[in-house]
Amino acid sequence: MSKQITVPFGPQHPVLPEPLHLDLVLEDEKVVDVIPTIGYVHRGLEKLVEKREYTEYVFIAERICGICSFIHSQTYVQGIEQIMGLEIPERAQYLRTIWSEYSRLHSHLLWLGCFADSMGFESVFMNSWRLREHILDDLEATTGGRVIQGVCKVGGVRRDITPEKLDEMVKGLKGIEHELQDLTNVFLHDSSIQHRLKGIGVLSKEDAYYLGAVGPTARGSGLAIDIRETGYAAFGKINFKPVVEYDGDCYARCAVRAKEMFTSIDIIEQCAKKIPDGTVDMKVTGAPDGEYFSRAEQPRGEVIHYIKGNGKKNLVRHRVRTPTFTNIPPLVTLLKGCDLADVPVIVLTIDPCIGCAER
Amino acid sequence: MMEPQLITPISIGDVVTKAEQAKKDGKRLVQIGCTKIEDNFEIIYVYDKNYQMTSYRITVKQDDEIPSISGIYFGAFVYENEIHDLYGIHVKGINIDFKGTFYKTTIKHPFSVTIVKEDDTCQNK
Repeated sequence: MSKQITVPFGPQHPVLPEPLHLDLVLEDEKVVDVIPTIGYVHRGLEKLVEKREYTEYVFIAERICGICSFIHSQTYVQGIEQIMGLEIPERAQYLRTIWSEYSRLHSHLLWLGCFADSMGFESVFMNSWRLREHILDDLEATTGGRVIQGVCKVGGVRRDITPEKLDEMVKGLKGIEHELQDLTNVFLHDSSIQHRLKGIGVLSKEDAYYLGAVGPTARGSGLAIDIRETGYAAFGKINFKPVVEYDGDCYARCAVRAKEMFTSIDIIEQCAKKIPDGTVDMKVTGAPDGEYFSRAEQPRGEVIHYIKGNGKKNLVRHRVRTPTFTNIPPLVTLLKGCDLADVPVIVLTIDPCIGCAER
Repeated sequence: MMEPQLITPISIGDVVTKAEQAKKDGKRLVQIGCTKIEDNFEIIYVYDKNYQMTSYRITVKQDDEIPSISGIYFGAFVYENEIHDLYGIHVKGINIDFKGTFYKTTIKHPFSVTIVKEDDTCQNK
């Protein structure tokens, strides 16, 4: 047996925009064990439910993350509405669905750019971020915010989208779909990319399931887990199938994200066709008394907001289980046995969001 | 409306048995979360299969020791270290035990204290 040495990876590393630390135990160039460490920037946002009224807290829930911001606020208000037994207007459900798919598009394009950049693929980085601008422009035009939308509230949404604007959005997405297809084709069919990703960082289907993998990390290993299938918001009225790849390697996880962008565009198109007329919010009185696990599918996978109220203005507990948090044990497993040089690539294929994990 | 959710109360002694049963039944571990209720702590274990959640709740005191299920579900270590670091509840037998360094907080066990509220009147009347 070779002598073992421990190499620290992070919390500052060129491929890591946020602090994650891994102690990599090496034998020669092979990783034989991994000890993950987070907690460098833990903010304790969940504790603020004791200081903020439940209706105001939605702004804090949205600020858990700057990428999945909309879906955090959506999941939070969804939980409150379930406890209070509120049936919000159907149009609001469709609008939430549209904005959540826009969030997924901008997150996946952000990831694609960062991932390509980490491998030196500058043209894919610049083109994916150029396309992302189009998504952010639509988000800004319809909600007022590019990163933090602030449009979800208990009982519905704060803004409506006119039919003309919806048509314009769909046409715009159709316009970039072709460019997106070119971009993902270049990325997924490039021989250097395939060489760096295929057969690397393999996570078996069974490991993915029992280690708690979610989102593209799970679906890249053949697990068809997608919380949108539970039918929350308007997803129950939309036809879609989760994108699943079966090889479990880095390439499969990347392919899932690349293909999911087209599913998101299709979902937005369907929503634009089916969205009913009507109001977008309702009057809400009282305070939640009960508990609920609210689930949604974020770009990185299943997010859970556990909400417990006692009929008073402050909630008793708000606990958020983010997808990155539950994807850490699978990351530990898929790093074991890899080469040291592959660690940065493997880490980025789970698309870690430490902002979410350190809520 | 989405599906109703039921959380079954169990004793500390049943935690491992229920985890073993859940794994045998092909369920994945979704999360373990803790909530402080007055002087007690509620810990909820959530499992899932085919989008059907199964939840168990134990109620413990600050100085109680709870068993780890990381021997059954490897990924449980992140939740168990979190419960220890934020609430100060000791979890016995975690496979990767950070011994209080999983989260680096300036206040030890910050979630074990409830912020007292003077006014409970809801503005949303």
